[in-house]
Amino acid sequence: MWALLAMTAMGAVLAFILAVASKKFAVETNPKVELVLEALPGANCGGCGYAGCAAYAEAVALKNADPTLCAPGGAEVGLAIARILGVTVDVGKARFVALCGCQKKDVKTVAVYSGIQSCRGASLFGLGGGWLDCRYGCLGYGDCARACPFGAITMGPDRRPVVDEARCAGCRKCSVACSRNLMTASPITRHIHVRCHNRDRGAMANRMCAHACIACKKCEKVCPADAIHAPNYLAEIDYGKCIGCGKCVAVCPHQVLVNLHPAREPEPGATAGNAAPESPEPVGVGAAASPASRQGDGEP
Amino acid sequence: MKDYLALMFGMVFVQNFVLNQFLGICPFIGVSKKRDSAVGMGLAVIFVMGISCFVTMLVYKLVLLPLRLENYLDIISFILIIAALVQFVEIVMKKAAPDLYQALGIYLPLISTNCAVLGSTQMKLVDYSTLPLSEALLKNTALGAFGGIGFTLALYLMASIRERLEIAPVPPGLRGIPIAFLAAAGMALAFFGFNGIV
Repeated sequence: MWALLAMTAMGAVLAFILAVASKKFAVETNPKVELVLEALPGANCGGCGYAGCAAYAEAVALKNADPTLCAPGGAEVGLAIARILGVTVDVGKARFVALCGCQKKDVKTVAVYSGIQSCRGASLFGLGGGWLDCRYGCLGYGDCARACPFGAITMGPDRRPVVDEARCAGCRKCSVACSRNLMTASPITRHIHVRCHNRDRGAMANRMCAHACIACKKCEKVCPADAIHAPNYLAEIDYGKCIGCGKCVAVCPHQVLVNLHPAREPEPGATAGNAAPESPEPVGVGAAASPASRQGDGEP
Repeated sequence: MKDYLALMFGMVFVQNFVLNQFLGICPFIGVSKKRDSAVGMGLAVIFVMGISCFVTMLVYKLVLLPLRLENYLDIISFILIIAALVQFVEIVMKKAAPDLYQALGIYLPLISTNCAVLGSTQMKLVDYSTLPLSEALLKNTALGAFGGIGFTLALYLMASIRERLEIAPVPPGLRGIPIAFLAAAGMALAFFGFNGIV
């Protein structure tokens, strides 16, 4: 009997205290922050440049950050956030995907490495060269694959990172993890890439690797758009000028340049980006009223 | 003073909640991947254990003992009290100390119904309840806080070990949780050496 009464009384007192506390110490939060957070994928990848989805939601809702920065969410999430905030955004950007800047074929090795099984560990070895002859090449211990929050990078049998472009969200965690700065994220609509980072002189690069850029400048001569140059012993593409004709890929003697167009399926997102000006979506104009009314309903 | 020193040494090393009494294993394995989160969790545990021990002793002495309910109502009422207390602290902290809430906030609900917290309130409950109220409260709170420090120590050591294990060549079948349990077993054996000191 006393037990029942005591427990009931205790429960009632505690419930009362909690009820009073939740009223008295209520923190006013902007409901938009919660709504934006719900719209985000919640991967906490940090690709937007903020500490996580919660931090980004706060920045978008309260500090006018760009609503289109969420790489995993893409255009869809950008539009959803814009609808919540009642602003217009340009989501015509193509999706970003990661690409390794080294093909890691036929690289000469100088030593057998058996230390810590990570690229960061291996890159400390042998005067910063790792066990590879090439100071710029992929070490192949999969730091990028481990860093990927989406499981988009797998290490192939020859210890080369293989990016699953359907899964890649372009968050750039791999480029932070790579001790050789090889991983880059670029729009999926860019197909011509230089897959070598070797800045040694041609003769030296040639000795190390059969697939190194030796700056022979054949690509420079063949390019009709004057988009590719090799100033510092390494070919660089000016994507503002590149027309994607693929002539440089055909003449490259070391197969450093690659054309990813045949391997990539035509993306619905990529074409939608190009087609955006023809059918502009009326974001924010008609939809601006909805979040306001939703807030009004929530407030009794 | 001597009492408290003995209590501190006893709770941190000899009767360590995780490594000697096998309480609070879930956060010990779950939150010991990074040292940052281990410290955050540890501070939250110290805090919650301290205040839970204080409040439960208060309720025990002032409500349960006079009503002669201490034999069978202690655990169930303590669960209720601890859960409500953690909730209350979370609400207040959110308002009064947002920075502290940022640091501890996500860990507080995790430990509200943790066995280590309940264990700390039960540990010397009967022994201390014969003391005068103020001394019983002080001793029980100290016990809880020192127990939390012991938990934090174990958690931090474990997190340090697991950060190293991340880059160590561990056989594929043992990666992750299994090797963590092996490391925990080694640590528990080492702490077993403190037995009988206090």
